[in-house]
Amino acid sequence: MAISRIEDTVKGLVLTIQDYSLFAWRAFMNLYSEPRYWADYLIQADIIGVGSTAIVLLSGFFTGGVLALQSAATLSQFGATAVTGQFVSITMIRELGPVLSGIMVAGRNASSMASELGSMVVTEQIDAMRALGVDPMRKLVTPRIFACISMLFFLTIVADAFGIVGGGAVTVFLNHQNGTQYFSKAWESLRYPDIIQGLVKPLFSGYIIASVGCFYGLRTTGGTEGVGRSTIQAVVNSSVLIILVDFLLTRVLLAFFPPI
Amino acid sequence: MSSPIPSAGPDPARPDPALLGAQTTTEPVPVVAFRNVSIAFAGPPVLKDITFSLAPGETRILLGPAGVGKSVLLKLCNGLLWPDRGSIQLFGQDITSMHERDLFPLRTRIGMVFQEGALFDSLTVRDNVAYQLIQEKVADEEIDVRVREALTFVGLERTFAMFPSSLSGGMRRRVAIARALINHPDFLLYDSPTGGLDPVTSTTIIELIIKQRDVHHTPSILVTHRLQDAFTLCSHRYDIEQGRMVPLPKGQTDQTTTFMMLDEGRLVFSGSLHDLIHSENPFVQEFIE
Repeated sequence: MAISRIEDTVKGLVLTIQDYSLFAWRAFMNLYSEPRYWADYLIQADIIGVGSTAIVLLSGFFTGGVLALQSAATLSQFGATAVTGQFVSITMIRELGPVLSGIMVAGRNASSMASELGSMVVTEQIDAMRALGVDPMRKLVTPRIFACISMLFFLTIVADAFGIVGGGAVTVFLNHQNGTQYFSKAWESLRYPDIIQGLVKPLFSGYIIASVGCFYGLRTTGGTEGVGRSTIQAVVNSSVLIILVDFLLTRVLLAFFPPI
Repeated sequence: MSSPIPSAGPDPARPDPALLGAQTTTEPVPVVAFRNVSIAFAGPPVLKDITFSLAPGETRILLGPAGVGKSVLLKLCNGLLWPDRGSIQLFGQDITSMHERDLFPLRTRIGMVFQEGALFDSLTVRDNVAYQLIQEKVADEEIDVRVREALTFVGLERTFAMFPSSLSGGMRRRVAIARALINHPDFLLYDSPTGGLDPVTSTTIIELIIKQRDVHHTPSILVTHRLQDAFTLCSHRYDIEQGRMVPLPKGQTDQTTTFMMLDEGRLVFSGSLHDLIHSENPFVQEFIE
């Protein structure tokens, strides 16, 4: 009994991974053939990009602030509070900016994609679209994936910038340290490999968020309860996948750009 | 988008070579033909060994109790579902071996009315009805004219700029009919178009279906479990001069309208209204009583 349950679970997991891989590949390859729905891309870019700016900006600002608060307490034991700017900028740009903005955007957009597409499935709107001769993968999924990739790239830059500003605000107003020293250290310590590492990650995270959100949305079964279940699965799986892929990417990128 | 699918409708002059073995060359190509079609989801089969065909100009009423597989059969007709066994020929082409991307151009020739309308709730009535035309990049001015025509056909011209959420159930169903008809389809599928509606609205919708049948002679399959609607379709015709449906003379029925009945996934009846009424099948007798 227990063995057959484990077997069913493993089979289900393998089948889901297989279905997701085929789904994600097809959605990506749709960009290379007609028809392309550029208007839908722009609408999604507005929803994902402009709509997520506030949460990414705020989370970036306060994460930078917390980093400055925590690091200053530790660094002061070694008399190294002058490097707070370096610590905040490198941590934000290489790691926290991409991961945090990815998770914030996943929470906001993977859930909305899953619930929107899930509702369309249970009300037969997806079938209606197919019956009208329109491919839902091209019309709904591909524009969301490319909008999410491109917008998360810029949102990460926003999170990085406001993280450094947040760290600066804490350094100046709470830690009563020199702001010029903070910002000059933050700037001087940055190298191109740091920036490349930080800006490669959102390309993968954006792809994960939209493809997982749409995948679970289009697999919805079981009415409104099923929509809720799909939304939870989309947020949980995309968040976990973002952190997992971030770990793997960091490992690979550190091999290409070893720390000095 | 280029398509391997021929653009012409069912053409009696060009019979499908694949069907030649089964029929004489003088017979027209069926609009849709099922051969030993079976389908199952998780559990027992929903449809078992279904075989039937629909001739050009024919209206087939699919009867049966709820949950017997009527909607599934309808979705098999335009490839929204794939059968586990058997073959389905649509406009003379075997769609069971087709890839989904090759089915999209074929589906643009079919109008489908879903059970609850399935209107896109984020779009206005105008954009819902014009959905196919917008995808085909038809000029806005032409879209407006054609949408108004389609809405006038279903008597809802005032809803042009409204959203589906502000329409009643019957109005949504009529908008769905307008959306199905706007591109002058070669084949129509109605999935319980009167289900859950009051008798007056149901009659309005049945009148629209009769109008489409008698004015445009579009072949169709209509799923229903309401015998009253089925009998109205058989016993009425659309009078263009009066602009409404009128009863046929007593004893006459519409010869292009035929019936099928499903029971536990099997086709238990196929024939005319006369055959239906005089059927000796106990399930059919019980159903029509």
